[in-house]
Amino acid sequence: MSHTGEPAELAERGEAGDEALAEAVPRDLTPLVAELRAAVGDGWVYTQEHQLRTYESDGLLQYHVIPGAAVLPGSAEEVQAVVRACAQAEVPWVARGAGSGLSGGALPIEDGILIVLSRLKRVLDVDLENQRVCVEPGVTNLAVTAAVAPDFFYPPDPSSQIVCSIGGNLAENSGGAHCFKYGFTTNYVCGLELVLPDGEMIQLGGKELDPLGYDLMGAFVGSEGTLGIATKAWLRVMPAPETTRTLVSFFDTTRQAGEVVSEIVQAGIVPGAIEMMDKLAIQASEEMAHAGYPVGRGAALLIELDGAERECEARFDEVVAICEKCGSDDVRVARDEAERQLFWKTRKAAFPAMGRLSPNYFVQDGVIPRTKLPDVLERLDELSEEYGMRVANVFHAGDGNLHPLVCYDGRVEGEAEKAEELSGLILDACLEAGGSITGEHGVGVDKKKHMTKMFDEPDLAAFQRLRCAFDPAGLANPGKVMPTPRLCGEVPGPYRIHPLEAAGLAERF
Amino acid sequence: MTTERPGSPEEAAELLRSLGEAGKAVRPRGGGTKLDWGGVGEPIAIELETGGMAKILEHNVGDLTAVLQAGLPLAEAQAAFAEDGQMLALDPPLGPGDAATVGGMVATGDSGPLRHRYGGVRDLIVGISLALSDGTLAKAGSKVIKNVAGYDLAKLFTGSHGTLGLIVTVTVRLHPKPVGNATAVGASGDPEQLAKAATLLAGLPLEADSLDAAWHEGSGRLLARFGGATAGDQAASTAKRMRDAGLDGVQTIEDDEELWAALRAAQRRPDGVSLKVSGRISDLASAIRAAEDAGGALVSRAAHGLSWITLDSGDLVRRVSGVRDALQPRSVVLQDGPAELRREVDPWGPLDAGALVVMKRLKERFDTTRSFRPGAFVGGI
Repeated sequence: MSHTGEPAELAERGEAGDEALAEAVPRDLTPLVAELRAAVGDGWVYTQEHQLRTYESDGLLQYHVIPGAAVLPGSAEEVQAVVRACAQAEVPWVARGAGSGLSGGALPIEDGILIVLSRLKRVLDVDLENQRVCVEPGVTNLAVTAAVAPDFFYPPDPSSQIVCSIGGNLAENSGGAHCFKYGFTTNYVCGLELVLPDGEMIQLGGKELDPLGYDLMGAFVGSEGTLGIATKAWLRVMPAPETTRTLVSFFDTTRQAGEVVSEIVQAGIVPGAIEMMDKLAIQASEEMAHAGYPVGRGAALLIELDGAERECEARFDEVVAICEKCGSDDVRVARDEAERQLFWKTRKAAFPAMGRLSPNYFVQDGVIPRTKLPDVLERLDELSEEYGMRVANVFHAGDGNLHPLVCYDGRVEGEAEKAEELSGLILDACLEAGGSITGEHGVGVDKKKHMTKMFDEPDLAAFQRLRCAFDPAGLANPGKVMPTPRLCGEVPGPYRIHPLEAAGLAERF
Repeated sequence: MTTERPGSPEEAAELLRSLGEAGKAVRPRGGGTKLDWGGVGEPIAIELETGGMAKILEHNVGDLTAVLQAGLPLAEAQAAFAEDGQMLALDPPLGPGDAATVGGMVATGDSGPLRHRYGGVRDLIVGISLALSDGTLAKAGSKVIKNVAGYDLAKLFTGSHGTLGLIVTVTVRLHPKPVGNATAVGASGDPEQLAKAATLLAGLPLEADSLDAAWHEGSGRLLARFGGATAGDQAASTAKRMRDAGLDGVQTIEDDEELWAALRAAQRRPDGVSLKVSGRISDLASAIRAAEDAGGALVSRAAHGLSWITLDSGDLVRRVSGVRDALQPRSVVLQDGPAELRREVDPWGPLDAGALVVMKRLKERFDTTRSFRPGAFVGGI
């Protein structure tokens, strides 16, 4: 079943009789569902289980919840009407883009509303003179670059960029392979139109930088759908680089490859991308992509330099020399765009290719200071041995973002739990090295239990202050990000019982 | 007004808690180089000076990150990073005696010409720790350059002008310091022609470190600075593009430190007025004309649409209003300027009413005793 959900197909399925629908709706949501139908049209509200199954998970399939109803608004005004109706009914909601997230951030709430933004996919304005694009949240990441090509491009490039939407990128502060040089989504957003959880619509910034007041945009981007819904985004685009040079270099050990990364950075070179694969990842990718990679070698580095022609040429020669000096006897420079695409295809094949080597796997997402790479890899090897489970490693090596893939067989009892435990220990190793529990996948539901390892209670309470300023009623994606549910005390004003508190679902902090 | 100088984050937090309980208004102070920025606000009882917290806590050379205490003068930090061939790619004007501190720079979100390539404070700050008026010490972000765990309080506090809480430490991303620099400069007395050339260069993948336009008494310049092994070559080829765009007196300058120091300084006017304009690339010509009509000078980050217009003293209310009228609806913030002027014109200007509601709620949640610079921020926050 598709997880992106084509609206046309869904609309067709939505033609069921009203009586059947009324039966499927839990009692207390019926009046709200009627309001939602009035707001967006009957065909865009789904309440039957077979319709809602499409949305039970995001990209992280081990979590699934059937929402009370799913609604697909077709405009910013409809989003506002939907959110306002939820606010009045005091019903929690979750926003969903393409559903390609990997932390369960778009996991629905049972008896809550899922607000699906896939119909809002217009590119509203392309202003190349000012290097700005204005899009609706359902526009895909790749479509932004397509709208400004060939002279400009939109730098954040998550691997899912063909399907993932800008709304999801805003929620997760998406990065990608090129973010070591270019930065993340948050560095490219200069304006937002938001629907706040109380149904108010506000505009932050626009085409200009440095809008007045507190940086609400900076707070919103990466807030995982807990502060509101973006209905428009103004994005900065960049002049496309004059030239791009790409190579793949093979090594006997990941330590050698790690040294190359350090030497490149120390030399003052800022590559567009530095990606590393270990032995198992090389093997898996090669079996799928057939790029002629030497199976059995300990590590591969994909290094890409882009920029002004002269500087790029000079720096590229330096990079080749560093690879050779650090022990590579196999440096392959892409001769043309086709070969460059093959290198990238092989790198991006690493995740799906693991499916051929192992019936199941967990993708972990941790960050370490770059210099700790050799130590952490050693620790990962130890853990892999101790648990008797294979761990393949793929990294955005420039910024120390690791994606260990923990292989297991879900048919063997207890394996999944063991793999999850190992996956958690990998995060502990990242934290011990001074890193983070997530570099790009987000906290969602999957990692909230790890938040207390990285943050102390006053830190979490400070996060909650921010959340409460946007969503005092706690209706936007509750149960995500924070390790335990918490409510907002009213500031200022008298104490009032919160609906979630009344239902025994959360306690007041 | 009295001055307190806590020697540690814990001391600062305890001081803030007691001031909050006593209902005393407090203002953080770093190097004191931007004290007039923001609204006049309510009277301040205590100035909290950050000079007792002025250390580099960590400089992780191999990881290109650093943890800095707020009271550390930026110039000192840069000198330390330079010993390892690195820099914090933020170069705001440092004010009298180069006294500007890390905390002051973050609190004001101030930036300089390097913003062209590396982004502003918000783009280079990866972690923060804070002391709040209820005595809380809290942190957000991390020490790695890529991290999405938790909310980005570092951005929230960047540019908050000391109105939400005290910035105690910041963790920043560093960059290699370019080994050599070279600048291409071209001139024009025609705002339209200068703006056209600036727009052209802004749209090319030059990978310049800085791209500034400047205007003073009827004559303008466009300046593109390059760093790295091939800086001279890149400046030379950009100079050719400037000539093709019809600019006069085009040249390349290798010894360009003073040139850029002057451009940084042109953002400030401590004895007059400086206005920060948040505009678009296509606004340059109208910003130049607005500066000229008000009898002022301009410096602009041409590819970002950010400009600073400076005015000498005299008839300031009328002249500031003139600039704002000419450039509306763009945001024009009064930075340097005398207190009398601030009482007559709102230094901030209008903003989205709904956004202001959220900002007020943030103020209530973070500064529960309303201790930090009450009334000095946007919309009377």
